[in-house]
Amino acid sequence: MNPLVLWFHKFGSPPYFYRVAGRWTPWLYAIAFALGAWGFYGGLFMAPSDYQQGESFRIMYVHVPCAWMGLFAYGFMAVNGFIALVWRIKLSEILAMSAAPVGAAFTFITLVTGSLWGKPMWGTWWTWDARLTSELVLLFLYFGVIGLYHAIEDTRQAARAAAFLALIGVVNLPIIHYSVEWWNTLHQARTVSLLGNSKIDARMLWPLLVLAIATHIYFFASVLARARAMLIGLESGKEWVRSLAPAQVTHG
Amino acid sequence: MADFFNMGGYAGFVWSAYAVFFVVLAIDAIAPMLQRRKALKELQGRMRREMSRQKPEQR
Repeated sequence: MNPLVLWFHKFGSPPYFYRVAGRWTPWLYAIAFALGAWGFYGGLFMAPSDYQQGESFRIMYVHVPCAWMGLFAYGFMAVNGFIALVWRIKLSEILAMSAAPVGAAFTFITLVTGSLWGKPMWGTWWTWDARLTSELVLLFLYFGVIGLYHAIEDTRQAARAAAFLALIGVVNLPIIHYSVEWWNTLHQARTVSLLGNSKIDARMLWPLLVLAIATHIYFFASVLARARAMLIGLESGKEWVRSLAPAQVTHG
Repeated sequence: MADFFNMGGYAGFVWSAYAVFFVVLAIDAIAPMLQRRKALKELQGRMRREMSRQKPEQR
């Protein structure tokens, strides 16, 4: 077998995953923290103030990376949910359900910081325009997935039901992304694009990209940490989990 | 430095946004640690109960 495929199969086994994820998470947290500090230094001290928005544009450095992460986490959850539904891989169920609260946290930050940015710039905390409303729907989708998962007693059934809901909610992702183009919104149009030119000064852009990488790495750290905690409960009947308990208990 | 904290008059909005970011992510980072600790404690309790149930039979 191809070594990558082989590694993938190995990674799907809970004891191996638990061990490897446990080795990675402290590093991921550390790297995310260091990159975050660098990015905020750039965003708060190095970037010049905006000619229209003055210093208030610095809210962008928390708002935009979190908005991207809200979408990315949803995509990650949906892909893992799809794998869980089709191939019944237990680890994918766990990863999908671990991503939901992290995505919800990022989406919540996006909405609150957007509100804090909207008040001084638009003169209102909230408006029912397409971008804001679809982002709010995203938060409710996360709540729905988390709630459904906790509402069903059997965890595997719960994960599959929640994964199904997550898949239906994918329809919201392109709506959020294109909302600023399809409708006339108060929310400004996209300034940073993956392909093609970004309409932003380079000194303003680099801290944003550093923070985007930091939040992605943080997301994986948090998801792996959550998945490990979930595995202990879900696999508590298995030998490998029992060997995690302190020695005095195992040997009576 | 005072200029920096004043954020061109937007201090309340800018620093609140940053505070929300750090507080929410701090809660998100602590949550899995507490979950893991709770899961291990439950596992320990379960194993201890099983142990005490088995012991009389072994004797």
